[in-house]
Amino acid sequence: MTDAVVTTTGLTKRYGRRTALSDCTLDIPAGHVVGLVGPNGAGKSTLLQLTCGLLTPTAGAIEVLGETPHTGSPRIGFVAQDTPVYGHLTVADHLRFGAHLNPGWDKALAEERIAELGLDPAQRAGKLSGGQRAQLALTLAIAKRPELLLLDEPVAALDPLARREFLQGLMAYAAEHGTSVVMSSHLVADLERVCDYLIVLVGSRVRVHGDVEELLGTHHRLTGPRRDPGTLGAGRHVVQASHTDVQSTLVVRSTAPVDDPSWASDRLDLEDLVLAYMTAEAGADGRDRVLEKR
Amino acid sequence: MIEFHLDARSGVAPYLQLIQQVRHALRLGLLKEGDRLPTVKDVVARVAINPNTVLKAYRELEYEGLVQPRPGLGTFVTRTLAGDDEAIAAHGPLRRELTDWLGRARAAGLDDEDVEALLTSTFREFSEERAGRRG
Repeated sequence: MTDAVVTTTGLTKRYGRRTALSDCTLDIPAGHVVGLVGPNGAGKSTLLQLTCGLLTPTAGAIEVLGETPHTGSPRIGFVAQDTPVYGHLTVADHLRFGAHLNPGWDKALAEERIAELGLDPAQRAGKLSGGQRAQLALTLAIAKRPELLLLDEPVAALDPLARREFLQGLMAYAAEHGTSVVMSSHLVADLERVCDYLIVLVGSRVRVHGDVEELLGTHHRLTGPRRDPGTLGAGRHVVQASHTDVQSTLVVRSTAPVDDPSWASDRLDLEDLVLAYMTAEAGADGRDRVLEKR
Repeated sequence: MIEFHLDARSGVAPYLQLIQQVRHALRLGLLKEGDRLPTVKDVVARVAINPNTVLKAYRELEYEGLVQPRPGLGTFVTRTLAGDDEAIAAHGPLRRELTDWLGRARAAGLDDEDVEALLTSTFREFSEERAGRRG
């Protein structure tokens, strides 16, 4: 599976004078669990809503599963932020509702999942815990048997146990059905274990995207005596630079290993990598910044 | 059957952690020839990691000749690591030498952190030299 599930070209969304997503061009390959990371307000929800057809672009183009996205597509499952369910309807009502609206509804899968989760079908959704509501919303989305599953901040509001259980269920589903998944979060730690493809969105722009292992393999943290980052040589992109009076610390993207002995080179973990792109943006006013890991 | 777990803070790539846990279980005899590894779905449903991570670990183990997938049935252990008598026999003397060395290090005034740092850096140099010689 090498086809792209989502292809965007110059995709832009503006609300009045505010730009929510700016000139976004990317291919999301099929068969991956894709993490969409960025601070709040970066444009993650906008990109997801453009992908499922809830929004239309101001400029540029988007193709999802080979067609222009439209709402209500049975091929796309979408779990919006804050996992919306109908508080006064029971769990069983939700399943009936889902079956009624979706021609490809997998009744067995839905009922099996509800049983596995230990949810009482007669329970009103409004009485469920946050974790249970999230699991119900996920069940409704996957019982459609979509080819692409989109989740907007699915675990942000959950406690650590509910978070783990939610991701366990999601990964089991992805493993069994090979469904492509795109999920957003403002916390890298939530996505680190489950994603094998990453998109970093900061200030309405895609800063970096790619296979997680490739990203980890091509980013290095260099520390050494203070010097001009411009002297690093061709093929090396400085993501972030900070300097003290004697020392320079750089995060560099480079396919070749950095073998200059005056630099000490370290690998970055995914969180540091994402933070480098985020702080590079925050520090773009030219000031030197001394960065600390939280 | 073994159960996998993951240490998110270890800095070791998740697929390598899975491989290490299989190797470890093979060394300890927890896994024997003919035993089945958990299915990919079982692993991700327990550890909450990406399915491709598990597939990658299993492929690597297959490449090392330790396991063999049987379509429709699962992934099975084909070789054990426990039976290497020569290596196990070497443990005792090596451990005694290391204990002597630790005694000398302590006598020279090194504390736990010094010892660990020295061991790690020596080990790294040693590995790099070897890798360099091979490359």
